[in-house]
Amino acid sequence: MSLDKATVRRIATLARIEVPEAELEATAETLSGILKWIEQLAEVNTDAVAPMSGGTDLKLPWRSDKVTDGGQRDKVLANAPDPQDGFFGVPKVVE
Amino acid sequence: MTNLTALTIATARDKLAKKEFTAVELTQAHLAAMDRHKHLNAFIAMTPDVAVARAKESDARLASGKSGALEGIPLGIKDLFCTEGVQTTAGSHILEGFVPPYESTVTQKLRDAGSVMLGKLNLDEFAMGSSNLTSFFGAVKSPWKAKTRSDDLVPGGSSGGSAAAVSGYLAMGATGTDTGGSIRQPASFCGIVGVKPTYGRCSRWGVVAFASSLDQPGPMTRTVRDAAIMLKVMCGHDPKDSTSAPMAVPDFEAVLGQGVKGLRIGIPKEYRPDGLNTEVAALWDCGIQWMKDAGATIVDISLPHTKTALPTYYIVAPAEASSNLARYDGVRFGQRVEGKSLDEMYSKTRAAGFGTEVKRRILIGTYVLSAGYYDAYYLKAQKVRALIARDFTEAFEKVDAILTPTAPTPAFGVNDPQDDPVAMYLNDVFTVPASLAGIPGASVPAGLNSDGLPLGLQVLTKRWDEETMFRVCQVLEDAAQFPFLKVTP
Repeated sequence: MSLDKATVRRIATLARIEVPEAELEATAETLSGILKWIEQLAEVNTDAVAPMSGGTDLKLPWRSDKVTDGGQRDKVLANAPDPQDGFFGVPKVVE
Repeated sequence: MTNLTALTIATARDKLAKKEFTAVELTQAHLAAMDRHKHLNAFIAMTPDVAVARAKESDARLASGKSGALEGIPLGIKDLFCTEGVQTTAGSHILEGFVPPYESTVTQKLRDAGSVMLGKLNLDEFAMGSSNLTSFFGAVKSPWKAKTRSDDLVPGGSSGGSAAAVSGYLAMGATGTDTGGSIRQPASFCGIVGVKPTYGRCSRWGVVAFASSLDQPGPMTRTVRDAAIMLKVMCGHDPKDSTSAPMAVPDFEAVLGQGVKGLRIGIPKEYRPDGLNTEVAALWDCGIQWMKDAGATIVDISLPHTKTALPTYYIVAPAEASSNLARYDGVRFGQRVEGKSLDEMYSKTRAAGFGTEVKRRILIGTYVLSAGYYDAYYLKAQKVRALIARDFTEAFEKVDAILTPTAPTPAFGVNDPQDDPVAMYLNDVFTVPASLAGIPGASVPAGLNSDGLPLGLQVLTKRWDEETMFRVCQVLEDAAQFPFLKVTP
């Protein structure tokens, strides 16, 4: 599948990565090259094969539903680019 | 005292116990070596103050007879492991300045065992690469040089700083992480031992996530015994990682002398494609002969889906990465570039914070997970992954271990042209299948090519059977008599 500029623009928006207009063409070309290479998988017969969704065949464990951590506001905020009064600061979202 | 850096972990452990030197002396010898070899760029951050403080604590514990399994042993930590109070970057600009308020489970276990952290080791950005060229903090240079060229060589990747530091005697061992070969391929390029245990052996808690169903920490050392010692400390059940196995940890060191007599060693024909590097092929034949000489039975096997592994990996890993790396949004940690709206802030932050290869993989991952394409790419890849795993399950009904080359080539130049991402991905053609199947794999330095560069052989076993893997590795190491680099004063 060959990606066009519009598709690259769309996935860049979905991924929240700004791709300048001037780079869309080259990005589309590189990504298309990779996709073309991975499309060889279409030749593999996977009828009646169950997908493998993780790296292990162990069952996921259960634990009791109780609070095990918390009360660490200052540590949680310690690396924030814009901590404000105990909150994460972000650009204004609501008018 | 400079030759202290040439010791193995096993020997240093015994000599520290006998008080032949102190942990502080051992640590200082390594700090001096790190200083002399700064040009390798193996470390993103050296932590001499932490190292000396911990070495002093080790000396106190050694004096009181309360020492741990790695007491006083100086190790490097790949900068993908969160370390409390010490910057952790994942080799990315977006995490520059991030100081974790907590310690990863694996590094906590290493601390609890008495080891000394020398610093944080360089890597490909978010562990995405096979050369260490994608690090925001610059390429790592291998301590090895080819006979016929004078330029710098890559150490492999993504655990390139780890491999360079251990092979160049800057650390006695190092942590690595392996998603598609990131421990084994650099171990092969730098002539050291690298072990990727079974998925679930080592906790991933506190390790910066790349592809969660594939990521697995492991040790990188100069000898098989040292890897066994280190792995025993690193693994074990962790309730904080839901995929961490609630299984007892075997004493890997105890099986090293058991040999391979009577074992069946599988040789998969798909790992010898037309045009395989002749020296890699010849070394593999050598390894097969060593196995025969040691009393193992060689069995020709087939892993029919081998050639589908790389394309499968380049759907599964970017898909998981695109999800995992969504957290770098400029809000909670890391770098931020301001924007007029929240979305603009996200997009500008991520454009400025991620490097080219990381962005490429996030975009591919986003595409294969997007509406209308999920079934054709992601679900298809998960099904092929099941077939790749089944190949191994069926093979291990006939054999106890599988022997292959680790990488298709020796190390290449730091400045060699790297125009084609797919060509770079081919470095992991022999390591990715085991990653997808979740089985353990190790690379052992087995010889040099005609240009004087290291080549490794890979040993694979079934899930949770690292003990057989270590037995085979020990026999390879004994037979290979690998010519390690000389310690430079």
